[in-house]
Amino acid sequence: MASIELHSVGKSYGDHPVLEGVDLNIDDGEFIVLVGPSGCGKSTLLRMIAGLEDITSGTLAIDGQRVNDLKPKDRDIAMVFQSYALYPHMSVAENMSYSLRLRRKSKEVIDAAVGSASQKLGLDPYLARRPKALSGGQRQRVAMGRAIVRKPKAFLFDEPLSNLDARLREQMRAEIKRMHAELGATSVYVTHDQIEAMTLASRIVAMNAGSVQQIGSPLELYDRPANLFVAGFIGSPGMNFLEGRLSQSNGVSEIVLSNGIQVSLGRHVARADGEMVTLGIRPEHVVAASSGTGVEAQVELVEPTGLGVILHLVVHGESFKLFSTDRMLMQAQGAIHVTLPQSRLHVFDKDGVRISEDDV
Amino acid sequence: MTGKLIGTIAHRGAILVYIAFALFPLFWLLKVSVTPNDLLYSEGVRLWPSRSTFDHYHFVIENSAFPTFFKNSLIVASSTAFAVTVFSSLAGYALSRFRFRGKYVIIALMLITQMFPLVMLVAPIFKMLSPLGLTNSLTGLVIVYTAFNVPFATFLMQSFFDGIPKDLEEAAMIDGASRFTAFRQIILPLTLPGIAATLGFVFTAAWSELLFALMLISGNASATFPVGLLTFVSKFSVDFGQMMAAGVMALIPACLFFLLIQRYLVQGLTAGAVKG
Ligand SMILES: Nc1ncnc2c1ncn2[C@@H]1O[C@H](COP(=O)(O)OP(=O)(O)OP(=O)(O)O)[C@@H](O)[C@H]1O
Ligand SMILES: [Mg+2]
Repeated sequence: MASIELHSVGKSYGDHPVLEGVDLNIDDGEFIVLVGPSGCGKSTLLRMIAGLEDITSGTLAIDGQRVNDLKPKDRDIAMVFQSYALYPHMSVAENMSYSLRLRRKSKEVIDAAVGSASQKLGLDPYLARRPKALSGGQRQRVAMGRAIVRKPKAFLFDEPLSNLDARLREQMRAEIKRMHAELGATSVYVTHDQIEAMTLASRIVAMNAGSVQQIGSPLELYDRPANLFVAGFIGSPGMNFLEGRLSQSNGVSEIVLSNGIQVSLGRHVARADGEMVTLGIRPEHVVAASSGTGVEAQVELVEPTGLGVILHLVVHGESFKLFSTDRMLMQAQGAIHVTLPQSRLHVFDKDGVRISEDDV
Repeated sequence: MTGKLIGTIAHRGAILVYIAFALFPLFWLLKVSVTPNDLLYSEGVRLWPSRSTFDHYHFVIENSAFPTFFKNSLIVASSTAFAVTVFSSLAGYALSRFRFRGKYVIIALMLITQMFPLVMLVAPIFKMLSPLGLTNSLTGLVIVYTAFNVPFATFLMQSFFDGIPKDLEEAAMIDGASRFTAFRQIILPLTLPGIAATLGFVFTAAWSELLFALMLISGNASATFPVGLLTFVSKFSVDFGQMMAAGVMALIPACLFFLLIQRYLVQGLTAGAVKG
């Protein structure tokens, strides 16, 4: 087990930068999840930690030791590929034992390691098979098994579950979580999947266009997104954004939306009167109120999700969404009343940066 | 249903016609090789002679230099096939996986070497080899054949390596293999069909090469079998029976060789490497 430190790490292909100034300290035993839109450099970052890509600038250290120039084989890190990358000419057992055989471990050690990994992953009946005779889920398990047999310093996962169907993904997600709890191994995990990120991570690293946007626990990113990008990326359905102007009166700030509606923030925001800001609120925090309170909103569309319902609403030309588990809302039509609880409002300045609650 | 049946029959029929067309010269070779000399011109055109004999084979084996030619060809063709396969798989791997300075210049140069008619090169090559004592020697032939075959074989091997996902050797390197170990233990076994194709292609090319064998070699001691075949052509006559018998025997190693490698040629080992 090990800690991993990245210090202003950058990567460019020719003069085309794909990663810039990545600072990240991963403690021993942490489970870090990298999220971000396609092409933002998640895989590249992971491959740099593995040693598969050169590091253009900055320092990468494992256990305090600079490893920028260390070959992948000397880093003692295991990786699970999205494609699984199983060796097609080797049986499941041979696939799993390859790393141990390269290290010239004794037969007893190898058999014991493969045996315990295959038992943990339910692979015992398939040990003699070639990968091509396995289902996608079984291949995925072999890839996991290959990583865990050798007790590496850290695990890297590049979208390991994205080729599985939803049910299997859920099951493997829980299994990965259980395995991490059991082995306590430092892990870096790349995913597109919100739920995977929220459920697995001890800390999430949200990335966009080659730079880190925010690092924090899942709830920190959910409750206090550092900027518009993170606010919009984390959470599903995505956060509502409404543009408006700040208006200061008597020490309390208000936002006047472009449709004229005034939303009181109930606190003072330390920005100039008249500044353009963006108001954010998650659909699940918009409250359907009894008539007579809040504002009137037109129901445009009703999307039942089983768990609850997503309402697409319009207030004076501004559209936004509401999510609720209240089944009564499935019958909603015409106009309903909604309120925006002040404690749930996020405010972002004209550059998209969160205006913090403590910022007075 | 019937449409499908007719389709199948037409398909098989077309293949059969093609095979008959392709194999007929070989059949004729065999037929002439067992036809006694006195019947060769007297019987007219028929599919099989009224009387057959192995006399030509006996004569070729016992009274001609053919066994020497045969041995020389075997040495030259297998050494060339081996050398070309080693060089081209290493070079093909480099072209497939690495980015390095001058890569495209090298590819262009390799392509250019393939553009010249070989005849143009006979004289310069003779000039180069003769002071080195490499004319009239099998080593010289192997060197020349290897040089000519490496570019094409390299492109061939490169395309096979391109077909193998990079993830596999990366996984191996993370598992603790050096790049060369990953190449040897993971990539090469998966490229066996490509290696078999390269070996087969180069072996046949070297086995049947005539121009350089004729120009660089004089005398029977280091002559290869295509050159040897010409010895059956004398000033006034061609001894067809013996020539064909020699030809049939020359087919044997090529056939054996392909029998040996065909298992790998048809094997799609990469199936199931990545998600399928
Ligand atoms: N060999 C290369 N040469 C040039 N650019 C590259 C190369 N490899 C990757 N890139 C670029 O680097 C950027 C980051 O790629 P990367 O694969 O890390 O994205 P990602 O975040 O993993 O995306 P995804 O979620 O789709 O897997 C992309 O814009 C990509 O085009
Ligand atoms: Mg990726």
